[in-house]
Amino acid sequence: MSETVGIVIVSHSLDIAKGTADMVRQMVGSEVRVAFCGGNPDGGLGTSVPSIIDAINDAWSAKGVAILVDLGGAETNSEMAVEMLEPARRDHVVVCNAPIVEGAVMAATEAAGGSTLAQVKAVAEELSAD
Amino acid sequence: MLDKADGQIFSGNVRLIHAVGMHARPAVKLTKLAKKFEAQISVRVEGAAEWINAKSVAKIMAMRAAHGSTIEIKASGGSDAEAAVAALVKLIETDFPDEVS
Repeated sequence: MSETVGIVIVSHSLDIAKGTADMVRQMVGSEVRVAFCGGNPDGGLGTSVPSIIDAINDAWSAKGVAILVDLGGAETNSEMAVEMLEPARRDHVVVCNAPIVEGAVMAATEAAGGSTLAQVKAVAEELSAD
Repeated sequence: MLDKADGQIFSGNVRLIHAVGMHARPAVKLTKLAKKFEAQISVRVEGAAEWINAKSVAKIMAMRAAHGSTIEIKASGGSDAEAAVAALVKLIETDFPDEVS
């Protein structure tokens, strides 16, 4: 159980991204790598592909990385960031269709137990299934 | 606290003393602990119709167990079902301490 799936949080707001990451760290613990990014380069609301790639690198794990996003652009930019990774790593990163805060906490809880990327994604998405 | 039921099913009951009931933080702790065991573990608020998979954090959060309610735990399979019940009873009994071995 040395490696756990990493978690990336991508919000339009840096405050939300940071706050969500804080919740994950405090509620789940430090055994899961959590990275976050939010806001555009000018400090306003938005998301940026290079920041997302940096966050993926920060949270990187051999087991893969699950990304949690908030609204529209966060999702499309995250997908673009994944596309821009080397092909060998691309398959180890997924964008979850889940509410950002709840999804991040649940994904991290699942990841902490040593689950696979597919299991982590499925647990985060349980919330959107009902 | 523990009684060995028929076959390989182990069970235990414990009162939830946590001030706000089974909210997010205790739910995460319970799920994380449950995942350390190989056994299948189910919980429910005493008398509830459905058993809930103790390893599913979404379902544990959604069970909304209230302060003072009794949680029933059962585990089967694996070689650690009995230990799993004991560990979960202890976690709830001791009000979800920060460090869980």
